[in-house]
Amino acid sequence: MWLWINKFAAPKNFYQIAGTIIPWTSILCALLFLYGLIGGLILAPPDYQQGDAFRIIYVHVPSALLSMLIYISLAIAAVINLVWRIKLADIIIAVSAPLGAAFTFLALSTGAFWGKPMWGTWWVWDARLTSELILLFIYLGVIALRAAIPLQESAARASAILLIVGIVNIPIIHYSVAWWNTLHQGETLTLTGASLIAPAMLHPLWAMILAFICYAKTIILIRARTEILRREKQSQWIQAFLRN
Amino acid sequence: MISLRHFLAMGGYSFYVWSAYGITFAILSYYAFASIRNYKRLQRRLKKLLAQQPQ
Repeated sequence: MWLWINKFAAPKNFYQIAGTIIPWTSILCALLFLYGLIGGLILAPPDYQQGDAFRIIYVHVPSALLSMLIYISLAIAAVINLVWRIKLADIIIAVSAPLGAAFTFLALSTGAFWGKPMWGTWWVWDARLTSELILLFIYLGVIALRAAIPLQESAARASAILLIVGIVNIPIIHYSVAWWNTLHQGETLTLTGASLIAPAMLHPLWAMILAFICYAKTIILIRARTEILRREKQSQWIQAFLRN
Repeated sequence: MISLRHFLAMGGYSFYVWSAYGITFAILSYYAFASIRNYKRLQRRLKKLLAQQPQ
């Protein structure tokens, strides 16, 4: 197992494996988007309380979920990087932080487009919204920190520590709708119990969530390959790869 | 079959629904496009550099 991980984490192997995975995740991503969009925009009936405005859920929930999933993955990568000094972990952090920030921004802005017709306001200092905004600042902090420290190794360590400290915000975001009863509605999806949504509305939501996950994976793999090319351009295998 | 106009109207919420979808897909497609372009651009540049170097 350890050997396998070490082998996979070697930039050369990762570069090749990523190259074969990317076309498949792209196709899967496109199919999931197709199903999710048709199901969510056309086939699902309007909500009895929110009318057609509820359809924003199909872009809002996946964005918000991904903003947290990416963060958790990055915090794990940060631990791996600090403890085992695996180069690939820092590459993943470097390329995923901007994507995480983009999903956080999307969660906030699609939420605003949902909040305006439903709550009558674009923004409210509700616990869920505020903690998600803090998440955006943490992502921007990681990006800024990396940009500000010229030495790659110090930048990697500083951003890893910031990522690990910032993980406290994730449970706050997740449980905020249960802890503080403010404007944001409660959980729609649960893995353990019955979800509070009809199947015709639920299936496209899962499809969109999976589509977003596939999208993120594909983008991270493409950007990680770019970053490997940039960092290892002097190495033998890259020169051999580029020659043919 | 629902008409296209009915579909686009989104029960009166067209501005909010289409803005949310618009901003999401604008950012996602730009990001995908930029990621592929950056990869290709770097690969091309490195290849050119390598071609200038003696073997």
